[in-house]
Amino acid sequence: MREPTVRKQNIHHNHLKTRLIIFGTLAILLVVCSFFSEYLCPYDPYLQDLGNAKAAPSLAHLFGTDRYGRDMLSRVIAGSRTSIYSTLLLVGFITVFGTIAGIVCAWNGGRLDSVVMRISDMFLAFPGLVFALAVAAVLGGGVQNAIIALAAISWPKYARVARSQTLAQKETVYIRAARLSGCSSSKLIIKHILPNIFGPVLVTAMLDIGTMMMELAGLSFLGLGAKPPVPEWGSMLSDTRNLLATHPWVTLAPGFAIFVSVMIFNLLGDTVRDWLDPRNAR
Amino acid sequence: MNYVYKRILQLIPILIGITFLSFAMMRVAGSDVVNEMYAKRGTEVSQEIIDAKKAELGLDQPFLVQYARWFGGLLRGDMGKSYVTGEAVFQTFISKLPATLLLAAMSILMTVIISVPLGILAAVRHDRIIDVMLRFCSFIGNAMPNFFVGMLLMQILSIKLGLLPVISTGVNIRSALMPTLTLAISMSAKYMRQVRATVLEELNKDYVQGAKARGVRDSVILWKNVMRSSLLTIITLLALSIGSLLGGTAIIESIFMWDGVGKLAVDAINMRDYPLIQAYVMWMAIIYVLVNLITDLLYHHLDPRIRLGVTRD
Repeated sequence: MREPTVRKQNIHHNHLKTRLIIFGTLAILLVVCSFFSEYLCPYDPYLQDLGNAKAAPSLAHLFGTDRYGRDMLSRVIAGSRTSIYSTLLLVGFITVFGTIAGIVCAWNGGRLDSVVMRISDMFLAFPGLVFALAVAAVLGGGVQNAIIALAAISWPKYARVARSQTLAQKETVYIRAARLSGCSSSKLIIKHILPNIFGPVLVTAMLDIGTMMMELAGLSFLGLGAKPPVPEWGSMLSDTRNLLATHPWVTLAPGFAIFVSVMIFNLLGDTVRDWLDPRNAR
Repeated sequence: MNYVYKRILQLIPILIGITFLSFAMMRVAGSDVVNEMYAKRGTEVSQEIIDAKKAELGLDQPFLVQYARWFGGLLRGDMGKSYVTGEAVFQTFISKLPATLLLAAMSILMTVIISVPLGILAAVRHDRIIDVMLRFCSFIGNAMPNFFVGMLLMQILSIKLGLLPVISTGVNIRSALMPTLTLAISMSAKYMRQVRATVLEELNKDYVQGAKARGVRDSVILWKNVMRSSLLTIITLLALSIGSLLGGTAIIESIFMWDGVGKLAVDAINMRDYPLIQAYVMWMAIIYVLVNLITDLLYHHLDPRIRLGVTRD
């Protein structure tokens, strides 16, 4: 492949930095908003006002009201807590768990490695959402169980990334040298392996946030995640879907909330990937 | 030929794993299913009747014995009876399967029709206005959950324009169009990007520049060389996306009331009808594994480097 000129590289680098700052800020804003959602809602998201049900968007109710007269803007903001917070929790959990499993397997090798890898093969044999549906069915509804269901199907991917990266690092000269000079396994893993495999794992996680958010919303949409009246974007969409023809704002508000958040996290994920792995930047 | 046998042998532990996991999951979930069955009917029954029913269903046996029995039944096409309707699970599942396979096949076909030409176009016109526009569209599509796409399509195509039925009116092509379009749009957004990246990578290889320098026409390079070597990757990527398609059909089928196994499964989950859920999970996994096997074999057959035993990389 042709090498870009130095000037082009510099432009590319500055461009990337700007993107990183913009999308990073937007994502942090979303997360902060989801954390402080209680204080940001203009109305109580559970407060019903049947006299003002299905009201069109106005200055008092920017996104209108639903069939119980609850303020849609407040419900969308309150829903961000369930949707964004749960997604980050899920991705954080599988990243940590998958990475540990991958490193331990690669480091120890042998029987443990083949057993864990066969187990992950088994999980990978199921089409993602199909298995999540089954796990959610076994555990019953609820956000917590939806998170467990998605975690069960997604950890093998992280274990594989971490494992292959660790295997590659393990054979490098510097690790051998460090080992030879008496460095303990735990110190080697934490001080040398972990920082070196962090990049690919982080990229996998960042690119996964959007997908996981949509899958979580999908489970809720089917009634296997958050249960009404708890505001969650997926279940709000499902709850209000028959109002789409007559009162579209009720349905569109949570739909666009998912769309915008997924887009922001996807943009951030792409930028982080280009930043950590410049070969992909095209 | 050796490779084919090896690949099929490798399949056996995975298939056993799938059946075991499906069985174990549903047994954990359905451990007190007898109590639930009677509770649903609203009758108070004595412990003896519960025990008798458990013995009848084989629930009093050790776990592995239950598994072996269930597996034996499986081989004869017996997957138990639905807790809700009392009908044979396997037959119910098989009767709904063609509808889902039709939907999946149509979606894949439409995805290929939409995304392959557009992906190639975007790669050839790299960084021009058309590429930027297509990338933007794919980005939008990627950020939309498929059920939201489905609802928007319903609103625009059925309610505003009145072109297609809002919900399916039976298993026919006209009713299949909306769910197909929904699945295809979500898949295409992702797949077009992958086609673009694959073709672009091939276009950046040295031999393309060499051919250009020798004066070979661009269209000849694209269709004779670049597409030929990209095709394998494109097929593989398509096969990999079938997994998410199979899961996606569950949601889309229940939105559009398409009478396939996805809707069957979602209804079964709501009714806690474990044998049906079990059949759904297991068969979907088996279909997925088989699709992957066929892709692998096809890949193996089409790539002369692998077929002739030359190691790659």
